[in-house]
Amino acid sequence: MAGFFVNLKRGLQKTRSGLVNSLKSAVTRQDPEELREELEAVLLQGDVGILAADRLIKSIQGQDGDRWQLLEEEMLRILEGEGENGERPPITTGGPHVILLVGTNGSGKTTTAGKLASKYAGEGKSVLLAAADTYRAAAIEQLQIWGERSGVDVISQERGADAASVAYDSLSAAIARNMDVLIVDTAGRLQTRSNLMDELKKIRRVLQKQGDQYPQETFLVLDATIGQNALSQARLFHEAVELDGLILTKLDGTAKGGMVLAVRQEVDLPVRYIGVGERADDLMEFSPKEFVQALLE
Amino acid sequence: MFEEISRKLDSAFQKLRGKGKLNEKDVTAGLREIRLALLEADVHYKVVKEFLSAVKERAVGNEVLKSITPGQQIVKIVHEELVKLLGGQSAPLRLASQPPTVVLLAGLQGSGKTTFAAKLAARYKKRGKRPHLVAADIYRPAAADQLEQLAETIGCTITRGEEGESPESITERAIRKARGDLKDLVIVDTAGRLHVDDDLMGEIERISAVAEPHETLLVVDGMTGQDAVNVATAFQERIGLDGFVLTKMDGDARGGAALSIRHVTGTPVKFVGVGEGIEALEEFHPDRMATRLLGMGDVITLVEKAAESIDHEKAIRLAERMKRQQFTLEDFADQLKSLKNMGPLDQILGMIPGAAKLPKGLSVDEKGLGRVGAIISSMTPTERVEPVIINGSRRKRIAAGSGTSVQEVNQLLKQFDMIRKMMKRAGKKGRRGLMPIGF
Ligand SMILES: Nc1nc2c(ncn2[C@@H]2O[C@H](COP(=O)(O)OP(=O)(O)OP(=O)(O)O)[C@@H](O)[C@H]2O)c(=O)[nH]1
Ligand SMILES: [Mg+2]
Repeated sequence: MAGFFVNLKRGLQKTRSGLVNSLKSAVTRQDPEELREELEAVLLQGDVGILAADRLIKSIQGQDGDRWQLLEEEMLRILEGEGENGERPPITTGGPHVILLVGTNGSGKTTTAGKLASKYAGEGKSVLLAAADTYRAAAIEQLQIWGERSGVDVISQERGADAASVAYDSLSAAIARNMDVLIVDTAGRLQTRSNLMDELKKIRRVLQKQGDQYPQETFLVLDATIGQNALSQARLFHEAVELDGLILTKLDGTAKGGMVLAVRQEVDLPVRYIGVGERADDLMEFSPKEFVQALLE
Repeated sequence: MFEEISRKLDSAFQKLRGKGKLNEKDVTAGLREIRLALLEADVHYKVVKEFLSAVKERAVGNEVLKSITPGQQIVKIVHEELVKLLGGQSAPLRLASQPPTVVLLAGLQGSGKTTFAAKLAARYKKRGKRPHLVAADIYRPAAADQLEQLAETIGCTITRGEEGESPESITERAIRKARGDLKDLVIVDTAGRLHVDDDLMGEIERISAVAEPHETLLVVDGMTGQDAVNVATAFQERIGLDGFVLTKMDGDARGGAALSIRHVTGTPVKFVGVGEGIEALEEFHPDRMATRLLGMGDVITLVEKAAESIDHEKAIRLAERMKRQQFTLEDFADQLKSLKNMGPLDQILGMIPGAAKLPKGLSVDEKGLGRVGAIISSMTPTERVEPVIINGSRRKRIAAGSGTSVQEVNQLLKQFDMIRKMMKRAGKKGRRGLMPIGF
């Protein structure tokens, strides 16, 4: 987690200077109207969304005490969610831990698959990648290059093959080879395309055929540059394949990723990882506490 | 979120509609909902602010107070201002007088540059032009493979880099070759890059210097949030933009980035990507975009049009019936009477969300209108409400009564059936948020 902090700070540097300074000046204002307007400006420009911004502002309006701290606490409360803040299922030795990555086009699924593979391989686990994006041109080749980088095998079929069949085969292979982790990369799709969402459901179904526990985790890979559509994405992907969490990519830009607050508040999904670059090690575990602190410190 | 905002908008407009006259407070209340809608659409906070003050200036004036239907008037003003801000009309790609036209694509990672490059090539290839693609992304794994596979699908030539070749060199080589091969269009696909990545921004500056592009287009994900203004400003400063492309607009993103970018760069949207297929590329329509930003179907425009030509009450009733899918032949006949003032039927129907494209063969010309009117007035009231009961002998009777042929009666019934089906489809979409407007 120490690395997270350093790297997150590096990734969030530009974010911080802007947002933090204006937030700081905002919370010290005395006039309630002025305070409200400034806070709103900062939060909305950070893609937090109206509902989450409202809740944050209300929580510190008319309150005594350190409004700075109150704001921080409230952001934390939202990020940690109201329901069970479940722990991630541990990676055991009793069969492969299957991670299914889903998301819209270009959100960073393949890169994240590559990063995760390299991370687990680096921890000494045996890892397999599944190229279940059989649609996009050169998607398979892209994943294969990531596989080569971390010395991880990639299970694939030819382009145009049935994605579910690739997923099924790869899980069979992972079980047969007694692998610790299987990461399934899927084609990007917009959440409103019901036929493509059906394909995703099918992928999930065929994985479950080989055991109820599969996939242990399904992550929505979200581009931090995206605005309020993140909510629709979270809702509809969750509806289709029961998400376990989010991976927020491209946080190394100036996008603030504030919609994570909105998604957490509205759909109650935790963020598990963040992407802060294009290299294999530009992936960090997400900790709500450190995230908020890094944002507000 | 979508539906929620729409509901709020509905109720705000309901309030406005209930009144004969508007005071400043009403306008402010109405605009508050517009504000929410625009923010939810990801229009940049500051752009929203500026936009609303412009609208308010117009709305609180005499224009609104004097109008008979103030609610409609506000919506109309908002819509008009949005269209104006979006550039009024679609902006085509400007081709060089001396081919080849060089198009440079730039943008963040994953925004859709490669797919757009292929779509653009395919579009011009189809028009008999000779496009050439350039794979200048040397970083993303298999990026050149992706473009090469797409080029093969299109049947278009491509230049890709040698081992270790720089993007500038690839681009220079490609353009030289394209010139020699008498190509019409060179499309340079570059690597995705963050606007704050100094090295890579320097690189695209150098690519731009050797390419001397006629058109530099920023490719932007239609789902982009507030950051769109930072991105667009940075690219504009470094390489100068001639326009931008909005991708992934086939989903439910409201595309507020379009308004923000247009506002901060002053350059127009040139294309809209509406799918993964190679043909899924459209020209930009500011009026459609405006309605989308507000989260309403074009029904607003429809009602406005209707309100201009027929009486207001009737227009509202009509829209209501359309929404509830109770549109009958009776309404149809009613409409025909005022249709001449409203414009061609296919245009009217084109405004109904989900019915953007009329089925082939469904068009009603001015002359035909009279005959259609005659046919409908020869029906019994029951037949007009429930056309399914119109069997063979009824058809004969109607044809005789209206001085038309059974064939014409058949055709009308078929067309009416199509219209109803379309409305049904539109209504269904409405429940998911595409036509979320209450009257
Ligand atoms: N700066 C930055 N770029 C990233 C990050 N994650 C992914 N990218 C880049 O975003 C682009 C798209 O990433 P991909 O991994 O291909 O995205 P995808 O979701 O697999 O895309 P499709 O399969 O085409 O839907 C690539 O250029 C990646 O290098 C990140 O955290 N930061
Ligand atoms: Mg991919």
